[in-house]
Amino acid sequence: MLISVYIPFLVTAALAVLAPPVAHRLPPRPAALALACAALVTAAGWAGSLALLAFTGVAQIPQIAEEGRWSVSALRSQDPVYAVVAAASTLVLAVCVVSLGVAAVRQGRHLLRARRECAELPGHTELAVLDDDVPLAFALPGAPGRIVVSRGMLRRLGDAERLALLAHERAHLSGRHHVFQSVWRLSAALNPLLRPVAVAGSFVLERWADEEAAERVGDRTVVARAVGRAALASAGASRPAALAATGGVVPRRVRALLAPPPARRSLPLLAGGLLLAVCCASLANAASDSDRMLDSAQWALCRAHADTTPVAARTAHDDALGRGPDGCGGAPDHPEHGERHF
Amino acid sequence: MTGRGDEEAHEASGRRARGQLESDVLAALWAADGPRTAREVREQLPGDLAYTTVLTILSRLHDKGMLVRHREGRGYAYEPARDEASHTAQRMHSLLTGGSDRQAVLARFVSELSEQDEQLLQQLLLSGHDDVPPESRRAPGKR
Repeated sequence: MLISVYIPFLVTAALAVLAPPVAHRLPPRPAALALACAALVTAAGWAGSLALLAFTGVAQIPQIAEEGRWSVSALRSQDPVYAVVAAASTLVLAVCVVSLGVAAVRQGRHLLRARRECAELPGHTELAVLDDDVPLAFALPGAPGRIVVSRGMLRRLGDAERLALLAHERAHLSGRHHVFQSVWRLSAALNPLLRPVAVAGSFVLERWADEEAAERVGDRTVVARAVGRAALASAGASRPAALAATGGVVPRRVRALLAPPPARRSLPLLAGGLLLAVCCASLANAASDSDRMLDSAQWALCRAHADTTPVAARTAHDDALGRGPDGCGGAPDHPEHGERHF
Repeated sequence: MTGRGDEEAHEASGRRARGQLESDVLAALWAADGPRTAREVREQLPGDLAYTTVLTILSRLHDKGMLVRHREGRGYAYEPARDEASHTAQRMHSLLTGGSDRQAVLARFVSELSEQDEQLLQQLLLSGHDDVPPESRRAPGKR
């Protein structure tokens, strides 16, 4: 517990630093899947560790100890966590959970709005063309999702490039990329350390769609040209200063398309998987430690009770521990606690 | 885009492929300058689609009200049904101006470029291929 409870934090930090540059070099599809797994596991690990740390503090509040029937003094004597750490963890956990809730509501609302717009778009075709000169193209997730492209965009692209654009947006829809985006957004809301993972994730999704389009069209340079020309056309139409900070995405995509497709590599994925396994294992270890701590604190209270009030002995789940009957019948010990001892 | 002849083989994937072909044809007609006959549309699409396939798609799109057509010679010439009111365009633009978290729901084809990006991109496209038409290098922003 002393160390293992902090390991998920280390794993999260390591992934936040290492995952983005590695993901950019991998083939985009496995990279996106790996980043989604990593985000889910580390977000859960982060929340779990914070909860364990917070709990060691919360469990020492007398009212709560009374409710759970364990001894505060016994718990305090074993507790390896400083009260300050526990208090800080409680605070951070509360903030993170609120931020997750807000993000979930917003994301849900955006997805619902996109779905509604999808249904309201004219026609029942996959492609909805906007009668508008401003170049614009995006995929609108829904049931089914729609590809929205403006006339201005279609007219600025050549025949093959137009197909590349459609194939790209189609890949977003058929790959359910909005689900990936939601996973990253929500896990970054819960754990701010994961923000770089979310940013890398968005980029990897674009690359995924680019690669799928390249496969579809059968020519990487056509897709590169489509992306480049569309971006240049859009840049003329609007350039919000706020978004200039995301820079570099389009040139990086074009460069990747002009280069040969990225080679399959399994070593980074294996290493990442190992890291996530370590995260899970240490969280499980910390949880069982804290459970054991709580149990012995309950026993301490039982013993204290047994000293004062002689009650019938209870042996149901004591033998596994070799503690023998302690006369803890008065305390309604939860049976599942006893079974988890080892 | 080659093996288009096996539509009867896979019914489900065939339906999906038909939907995709509809999009391709629709996009081609919107990009064109005027009405196009089935033969002309077929030439705009890569791969060798059967003439009858293109014809079927065109008439289906016409039935859906996406295209208007008028007689030309022995057949029809098609063009997209314009939506002059363009409420839809306005709604879609308002969707896009909803901040970065809304943008994440919509998968945009291209994100905005910074000044440096633009130069870098032009260099990349030039070095990659020399056949980029000059009008696309700096499209005038019309609104």
